[in-house]
Formats: sequence, structure tokens, C-alpha cells
Amino acid sequence: MSVLAPRRSTLPGFGLTMGLTLTWLSLIVLIPLAGLFVRSTDLSLVQFWDIVTSRRTLSALKISFGLSFAAACVNLVMGTIVVWALVRYRFPGRRLFDAIVDVPFALPTAVAGVALTALFAQKGWLGAPLAAAGIKVAFTPLGIFIAMIFIGIPFVVRTVQPVLIDLDPEIEEAAASLGASRWHIVTKVILPSLTPALLTGFALAFARAVGEYGSVIFIAGNLPNVSEIAPLLIVIRLSEFRYADATAIAVVMLVVAFVIIFAVNRLQRWAQAQAST
Amino acid sequence: MSIEMTLQRTPDTSARSLAESAARRDPRAEPTVVRYAIITLAVGFLSIFVVLPLVVVFVEAFGKGIAAYFSALADPEAWSAIRLTLGVAAVSVGTNLVFGLAAAWAIAKFDFPGKTFLITLIDLPFSVSPVISGLVFVLLFGAQGFFGPWLQAHDLQILFAFPGIALATIFVTFPFVARALIPLMQEQGTQEEEAAISLGASGLQTFFRVTLPNIKWGVLYGVLLCNARAMGEFGAVSVVSGHVRGETNTMPLLVEILYNEYQMVASFAIASLLAMLALITLIAKTILERNIDGDMPHDD
Amino acid sequence: MTIEARGVVKTFGAFKALDGVDLKVANGELLALLGPSGSGKTTLLRIIAGLEWPDAGEILFDGENALDRGARERHVGFVFQHYALFRHMSVFENVAFGLRVQPRRIRKSEAQIRARVKELLDLVQLDWLADRYPSQLSGGQRQRIALARALAIEPRILLLDEPFGALDAKVRKELRQWLRTLHHSINVTSIFVTHDQEEALEVAHRVVVMDKGRIEQVGSPGDVYDSPATAFVHGFIGESIMLPVEVTGGAVHLNGRPLDIVAEGVAPGASTLFVRRHDMLVGPADSGTLHGAVTHVRSFGPVQRAEIALTEGSTIEIDAPRDRDLRIGDRVGLKPRHYRIFAGG
Repeated sequence: MSVLAPRRSTLPGFGLTMGLTLTWLSLIVLIPLAGLFVRSTDLSLVQFWDIVTSRRTLSALKISFGLSFAAACVNLVMGTIVVWALVRYRFPGRRLFDAIVDVPFALPTAVAGVALTALFAQKGWLGAPLAAAGIKVAFTPLGIFIAMIFIGIPFVVRTVQPVLIDLDPEIEEAAASLGASRWHIVTKVILPSLTPALLTGFALAFARAVGEYGSVIFIAGNLPNVSEIAPLLIVIRLSEFRYADATAIAVVMLVVAFVIIFAVNRLQRWAQAQAST
Repeated sequence: MSIEMTLQRTPDTSARSLAESAARRDPRAEPTVVRYAIITLAVGFLSIFVVLPLVVVFVEAFGKGIAAYFSALADPEAWSAIRLTLGVAAVSVGTNLVFGLAAAWAIAKFDFPGKTFLITLIDLPFSVSPVISGLVFVLLFGAQGFFGPWLQAHDLQILFAFPGIALATIFVTFPFVARALIPLMQEQGTQEEEAAISLGASGLQTFFRVTLPNIKWGVLYGVLLCNARAMGEFGAVSVVSGHVRGETNTMPLLVEILYNEYQMVASFAIASLLAMLALITLIAKTILERNIDGDMPHDD
Repeated sequence: MTIEARGVVKTFGAFKALDGVDLKVANGELLALLGPSGSGKTTLLRIIAGLEWPDAGEILFDGENALDRGARERHVGFVFQHYALFRHMSVFENVAFGLRVQPRRIRKSEAQIRARVKELLDLVQLDWLADRYPSQLSGGQRQRIALARALAIEPRILLLDEPFGALDAKVRKELRQWLRTLHHSINVTSIFVTHDQEEALEVAHRVVVMDKGRIEQVGSPGDVYDSPATAFVHGFIGESIMLPVEVTGGAVHLNGRPLDIVAEGVAPGASTLFVRRHDMLVGPADSGTLHGAVTHVRSFGPVQRAEIALTEGSTIEIDAPRDRDLRIGDRVGLKPRHYRIFAGG
């Protein structure tokens, strides 16, 4: 038996299922991802640095990370408001709105992309009035920002919702009985207990927006250095057969994504430790 | 953690609602003005960012009438995309179902060191950009890839063909079934299986007669979400497909091509099919979540 | 069938669940494993069933090594603490399960299976519940179905993990008697685990008292109650008064004052005096060997419970007959009728 195997167990099948899991995981996920990192070692450090710091790459990374961060901030604020309304208030259509929060998850990204573009194009339902006000959304960085907000909506809502539901009402009642104002209770009692979930949702929305492709490229305009996101630049480099460039950009994005997962895991462990005290 | 939809199950808010509406002068209620402002903001935000995009898909699709809609769908290219999408989804769901059941059995029913790390590895595809998910297979199987020369020498085509599209899709949908089952099976524990074994059942009898009936809704849930993502995947598939018309275009890829050719009705007609898939998935998901809650053990 | 455990050791990480357990169970016996949670009693039961494997030691069934065989081949009926009924199967199918999964060559016919299940449901007096599902049953009903399911495979040994643990007080009492009667009629070697001494003393032929992975005492209910072998058993079974005393050369001192009792065979040094509450006799202030004042009296049932502040410094609770008139403030003298002294503080 392998090192991983538990002591002799009543239930059968550990060796078989664990073997299958590790084999399949390696073949589909680990080896292909490792291949990417191996491939990146074909480049010298100088070459790698040159690719990553070239004007076009740097702009693409800045656009992806900067706009993702901004969109995640919007999701943090709006997500909190949406969660509050869904959990604490009754209003007509509440259950329906609760259900459609998941639409950005379920809707194929290409569909979201063409739909948002149609909506915000200069003749679109929202694009036309905005254009009249002098605001151009589609085919500008603002469009990218809008698409990133769209795909990030469910993350904050769905991570915070269960925590807000499970929040012990007695805590608020105790605070109220001690004479705290509603504003104080919300900002000093409730929001702090939601903080770990809020940060987790924020990080997940941010990570998703950074890697997003389908829902962004239609509305982005894709002008180099202006509205070209990093994933699109990878695709462009691939179509030019500049594999090294594509690999280098991918490595940067992956490393950032892994750092975010790590941070989220730590955050959740920390939150659990807090909750259990 | 879970980065995808899905794994974040919609919590049920109804229980608290009664208690809340009953207490008028609840110390836990905000002033009416604030309440209305929050509701308006929430509803307005969701309407603009979620409802309108959904509506616009169907309005555009039917913009030139029902006949134009159906003739767009009747196009051979559309049919080829639909067939390819269904085939890719079937392969991805099938393989990830087997993997997910095996992984969930090993992880949920046994104790071993490194379990949390293994779950993190299984989750990995959720945090990888779709484009990179495609790129890794290009680096393996492309002309300049690790296995490229060998594949060419043996006249095997993986990239820009069905196997490549399927592989990329399997990658992005990899965690769905396992992640739907692991928490459910952990919650259910091992007592029923132990009881079955002590009553003389074999491993397979135990799995098929005791475990599987207990997790059937969870399995369906995972399959549903896996399928939705498999059919809708765009970025990863776009990188490995090669966009051979009538051959390697899945439905989402066809949406893009038709859109870029300004064939709006055709593009949105295909998009509307995918949007319907999403809506059906969401409805089924809500129903399944209720059933899964029933399968969760309760203390009584 | 006889069961024998020899030197059984089991650790979970750093926790020693069983620390060298030796035990013999006679054929047809009804044995209770009694101890606080964490004493290792459930672990021992699961090792006998083949649901856990010891790190060291042997388990013998009728003198034959049982560790060669997994749970599936041991033919042990196991009743789980939370019943572990198959939630998606009807009561009938739950009981029939063990018969249906038998290898084809020895499997009974459908008619035989039906007859056997009916017979078992009659035995546990729940034949009218055959079509229900576990979630529709009360705790006591689930318990009995779990037992019927375990009996279906005609086990050579019946093991019950906290059989009444999850039930409310009234149902527990009914089921205790029922289990005793049932064991009498099926006469299968049976072991049940409990943390409830009353349950163990009332139901079992012999009681095994366990603590911290070791067996403290094995004996009849009378033995473990009347002649506890260790301080732990005395403290765990029945309600005892415990006083810290000093033993020097056969004499016993409480806070430096000599007591009129003897400590035979107890090593000199810090020790503990154990007296059952009802074995502490109350007399006038000038009688007895311990003295104090009544600070609290409660009367219920056949006794009255008095709290007495000893002049020697401790406060104890005693049970006195109700006809003995005790009032708060009374000064009394006390004398233990039976007592035990165990070395150690």
C-alpha cells in the first residue's frame, strides 16, 4: 500500500479510487500545467523580463489587473447591498432576484459578451442614453470594466449570504439593548463579522475578472495598449506562433492566481479560527 | 474554496423571513427610507447588469421575426456546432463523472494526510484563466509542443480537432462533480457503508445499493453544472479549436464568428439557445439543492 | 460463541484509545462495556466487529483468530449508536439487506427472505412499520429496526454501541427490559457499550468498567457496585463521598485528626476514603468519628439528602432515611458503615 493509504480500513476501494484520482488529476491538470512552467524555462531570465515588461504586455497586464481590481471593488460594495436586501428585506420578486444572481455563472461567457456589447453599443438600450450624455462604453476600457462587474456579481453575494443568514440575531439585540444606534450596530458589529467573507468574495471576483476572456473581448475594442486584456494578448501571441511570449504572460497570470488562492485559503482558515473562539 | 458558480449553493432565506416580518419594531431593522434605498439599489443593479443582458439576447435573436430565427438555427453550420457541442459535453461529463465519484469516495470516506492539499489541487482549474487552460494543451500537442513532432510523425491530430476541444473542456470542468459530492459524502459519514459491510455486502454492493442512492441528487447536481460549463466554455476551446468552419466550431465559438460577420440574428439565435441552457440549469439547480438538503443527515 | 481479546492496543494519532486490553466473554453472555467517553469502550467494540484494526494484540472468536477476517466475513451483528439505517430503503428492505447481498449460491429465495424479515419484525414487535422509511420512525422504533437488521444475518455475536444513548429517559427504561428479554430468547453472545451505569448494572450479566483505554474491573453488577476494585470504579459507579486522608501505619487521619477506622493493606501516604452516601450513618453530635453541622436538607423519594459541613474542613452530601429528623443547623456525628480506602490523592 502507498504511503497515503490509511490504516487497514473497513471500507474497500481506497487504493483503486485514490489511484484513479491521482492518475486522472496528473494527466488532465498537473502535467499540462507543469508543462507551461517547464516551457517558460526555455526563456532566459532576461528574455522573460523583456517580454513581460514590453510596453504592450505591461499595458495588457495593467488593464487586466487594474480594471479587475476596480470591478471587484464595485462588486464588494454592490454585492453587500444586494446581499443585505436579499437576506434582510422582503420585497416582491425577491426570490427571483436571488436566483438570477447566479446568471453570470451560468451564462456562457460568449453569450454574455455579445449581450453586453449589444446593450452598451452606441445604439444599444443603455449605450444610446449614455452616448447622449457623452459617455462611451462599448469598445473602451469602460466596457471592459462593465463586463468584469457582470461576471463578478455572484462571488461576493454567494460567499457573504450564508454568513449573514447564520449571523446570530442575539448579537444585534444585545448591542441594541446596550444602547447602540443602528448605524453603530451595522458598522461595528455586523460588518466586522462579515469581513472574512467579504474579502473572500472580493478575492474570488478579482481572480475571475483577471482571467476572464469571453465576456470581455466583444465589448473591449481590443486596441493594443488601450483596451487589450492580458488573456487576449496570449491568444494573439499564439496566433502569431510566438509561444514564448504567450507562455511568459501566462506564467505571470498563473502565479498571481495561485497567490490569490493561497491568500483566500489562509483567509478562510483565519476566519474559521475567529468563528470558533 | 470554490471559484465557480455552483459550488456556492444558494442558501435558503425563507426560514428567517416569517420571524422578521412579524416583528415590526425590530431592533434589527433599518429606517424605512434606508430600507427602500437599499432595495432599489439592489434591484436596479441586478436589473441593469443581469436582467437586461438576458433580455437583449432574446430580443436580438427574434429581431427579424420568428422565421429568421428558425432559419438561422436550421443552417448546417449551426447544426454542426450543436452536434460538436453535445459530443464534447458528453465526453467531458462522462469522464469527470467517473473521476468525481472516485475522488469523492477516496476523499470523503477515508482519512489520509494531505487531504486538504488534494482538494486544492482538484480545485485548481477553477482559478486558471480559460485561455491558459487552452494554452497548456497547445504547448503539449501543438506543432512546436512537447508531443507535436511525435504526433505529426504518427499522423495523429489532437489540436484543432475533437480530442483537443474535449481535453480543454475536461480541464475546465474538472472539479465540478467531485466538488458537488465531497461535502455531501463527508456530511453523510461512513456509518451506513460500515453497516452494509458488516451485514455481508461487498464493496460494489455497498456502493451501488447504499452510497449511490444517498448521493444521487448530488451526482445530478455535479453533472448539471459540469454540463452547463462544458457546453458554454469559450476561452479554452477558442484556443485549441482552430475555428475550422463546420468542423471544430462549438456553439459559443459560432456565436463569435457570426457576430464578427455581423450576422446578428444568427449569432443571437445560437446565443439564445445557450442562454436557455443557462436558465434551465439555474432552475434545475434550485430544485436539486432542495433535494440535496433532504439527503443531508439531520440530528434527530 | 466465546470472544477473547488479548493485549489489544489502539492509538489514534497521539491518543491512546486502548492500552493493552485483555477480556474473555463467555458463550451466550450479555456483557456491558461501561466507562466515561474516551475510555475506549466503543473502540474495543468496533475492533471486535472488524470496523477498526488494533495496532497490537489479538481477537479470538471461539479460540480462532478473528483479525484475519474483515467485517464482512465475521458474521457479527452490529447495532450502531445512531442506528445507521439505510435512509432510502423501507424498513422491510433495511432488514432484508443482509439477506439480499449474500452470494447467489447461498442466498435465500425471495419467499424465504420475506418470511424471515416478517419473523424478525414480529420479534421486535414492529411488523406494522414494514413499509415506512427510517425518517418516519421514532428513535425507539429505529433502534429496534437496527437490531432486527443486525439479527437478520443470524450473527454469531451481537454488538450494540450505546444502544439507548440517543433515546429519551422513558423509552430507555422500556427498551432495557426488552433487550434483556430479547437476549434471553435469542441467546447470542452480546456486548453493549454504555456510559450509563444504571443501564449496565440493570441489563448485563457482567460489567466491564473501562477508563483511559484500560479495563479497571470485570465483575457482576453486584461485584462492581459493592466491591469496587479501584478508586476509579468506586467514584464512577454509584454516588460516593470522597475524602482526602493520610494513612500512617494502619491509622487514618483527616486533616491531621485521627479517624476511628482501619486501613488494612493500604500503603502509607496520601489516600482517598470512599463511602457510599447511604453508608454514612448519622448520629448525635457526640457519636461517630466525623462531626459537622447540617447546612442543607432536601427530601425526595425514600431518602433525604443532607449537606454537612465537617469540622474537619470538607463539605459532604449524605443520604439518610426520611424518618431521621434532620434540620439545618443540627450538629451531627457520622460513622461510615462500609468504606474503602484507595492509595492516591
